[in-house]
Amino acid sequence: MTVITKNKNFWILWLLLMIAVITYFSGNLLDGKDKTIFMPGPLTSGHYQIDIKCKACHGESFSSREDMQKKCISCHGEQRKKPFDSHPEAKFTDPRNADRLENINALKCVSCHVEHQPGMTINNGLTQAVDFCIHCHGDIEKERPSHKGMEFDSCASSGCHNYHNNRALYTDFLIKHIDEVPTFEKRSLPEKEFAGVLDEVATYPHRKYPVKSLQLVQKDAPADLLYDTQIDNDWLTTAHANAGVNCSACHIKRSDSKQAIWNSKPDHTYCTSCHNQEVAHFLKGKHGMRLAQDLDPMTPGFARLEMKSDSFEKELNCNTCHQPHKYKLDTAAVDICLQCHNDKHSLAYKKSAHYTLWLEEQSGKAKPDTGVSCASCHMPRINYDVSDWLRRVTVQHNQNANLKPNEKMIRTVCANCHGLEFTLDALADKNLILNNFNGQPGIHVETMDLARKELQRRKKSGN
Amino acid sequence: MKKSILLSVATTSLIAASTTAIAESTVSVKSMADALHLVMDSDRAIYTKKIVNRLVKKEKVIKASEHFDDDKALALPAQMFRFGSELVAERAKALPDVNFSYSLQSIWPINKQNAPKTKAEKEGLKFIADNPGKNYYTEEKLGGQNYFTAIYADVAVAPVCASCHNKHPDTPKDDFKIGDVMGGVIIRIPVDG
Repeated sequence: MTVITKNKNFWILWLLLMIAVITYFSGNLLDGKDKTIFMPGPLTSGHYQIDIKCKACHGESFSSREDMQKKCISCHGEQRKKPFDSHPEAKFTDPRNADRLENINALKCVSCHVEHQPGMTINNGLTQAVDFCIHCHGDIEKERPSHKGMEFDSCASSGCHNYHNNRALYTDFLIKHIDEVPTFEKRSLPEKEFAGVLDEVATYPHRKYPVKSLQLVQKDAPADLLYDTQIDNDWLTTAHANAGVNCSACHIKRSDSKQAIWNSKPDHTYCTSCHNQEVAHFLKGKHGMRLAQDLDPMTPGFARLEMKSDSFEKELNCNTCHQPHKYKLDTAAVDICLQCHNDKHSLAYKKSAHYTLWLEEQSGKAKPDTGVSCASCHMPRINYDVSDWLRRVTVQHNQNANLKPNEKMIRTVCANCHGLEFTLDALADKNLILNNFNGQPGIHVETMDLARKELQRRKKSGN
Repeated sequence: MKKSILLSVATTSLIAASTTAIAESTVSVKSMADALHLVMDSDRAIYTKKIVNRLVKKEKVIKASEHFDDDKALALPAQMFRFGSELVAERAKALPDVNFSYSLQSIWPINKQNAPKTKAEKEGLKFIADNPGKNYYTEEKLGGQNYFTAIYADVAVAPVCASCHNKHPDTPKDDFKIGDVMGGVIIRIPVDG
């Protein structure tokens, strides 16, 4: 009898436990915000920030590969196509390449970038075998005799090839830059030009905020608003006041302008009225990607890179780096970055030649745009196709856009001041990167040597 | 009054019926391929003559370059053709009734990825090179799908076509002349197998 009662109690306990477990998991599955408990493995450094929102990548249906592909493209599509895509989709939708898709389905991002697989993920989120180029370029020796004997696992070595964007590495480009000195005598970064092209920016609210310098008496903040008057003084010194950007331009959302709802703490959605490119790129980068998914803002405490502990709670929005009413670009370009970033590369910056140049520019000893800040490399001014019809210099606010592989930085950043051979060597030298380019490259990649041989071959053949 | 309304309704119905009939009438895949080729070949010939050759050779105001973006130059006619083909592939994804692809290939390709690959490409490109003025039509199965494949000779319409190909560092043939077959336009239309 006792045995039966004991067994009965055990089964009741077991049943209750099961009900509790099922209730917990199904509740989490149906309406829980954080579903990370169901993840088959940790995410890469590019996606973990949005790990609690499975639908961000898996889509509503969760199981549809098509939906997943659309999700990849919705975040990475523009970055992949602009300014150039070395392996465009149309190359693979052509039926003549159907056999190639059997080896690797190049039409789907997940064919090469599988998530939740840290054990098989190599550089740049790649989960294919590193020698995957062999599938289509197995006979490269015939086309490029100079490549004879090279192993296919070396194709993507630093300074060689980049599957998505070979723009700084193609043969004619290398030959064009073959004799460049390490550092140019005349060098500068692209000038700012937003104010100069406002007339051409169709989305700019020209009518409401004509580009005309404003005085304090013209401010349009509500008369009964209580605030620190230092704000007035700060605003008057900004490019905003100088270009006709009144208080309401930032504090009243354009879509709310009929009701004129004043917001004392406007977020990034208010900035888009004039800075839609900058905000769109910010939302694609690590700083803004949580906001893009309607999650709480990213904080340094959540970062995988080393950050300063007293910055852990900072919430990243436009105003975190661009101090409200001051908008000092020089502060946003160095000091604000170093308030959070605490890794070796960041900490070594102030010992670098780049920083010396930055100080010289800031003190007025050197010409404008000759200093090199954190932003010069990681949020560079780029000549960007903001639409199919307009190209203008804009600040790339997606800090990840030119970071991996780092050859993506060559044309937009390094080539403004440095020769290509020096640049390729420097970007291949991991120690030099760690100490923030404080010294000379200790590595030589043979890319430019191959280019020299190719040039000789062409000269001999008369082409 | 009633009569005229009836007449008007009858006329409208007739027009609608005939429009539907016209829309539903079929053309052969060969005619479709021939028509597509005529459009793409004419567009490229006009680009070559009235844009590239006029501005580069006659007016001498701009260059044409393979690296047109870097060199701030005109795109080459073959690139203009390829970009069109890529845009068609992208736009056709939204049109379930429109399904075809086209590309430019050659047995003397500058980019080796454009060398003939399938049996139809190898035979067709040889055929059009050996038989000037004739097209090549066949069927082939690629990736489990049957295709009607048409191959048309791509001829050097201007001296600049031949001279550019002849002096390109990666060309396997350097004695093209105006009027020579330099490659072929390949159009594929999926058909039921």
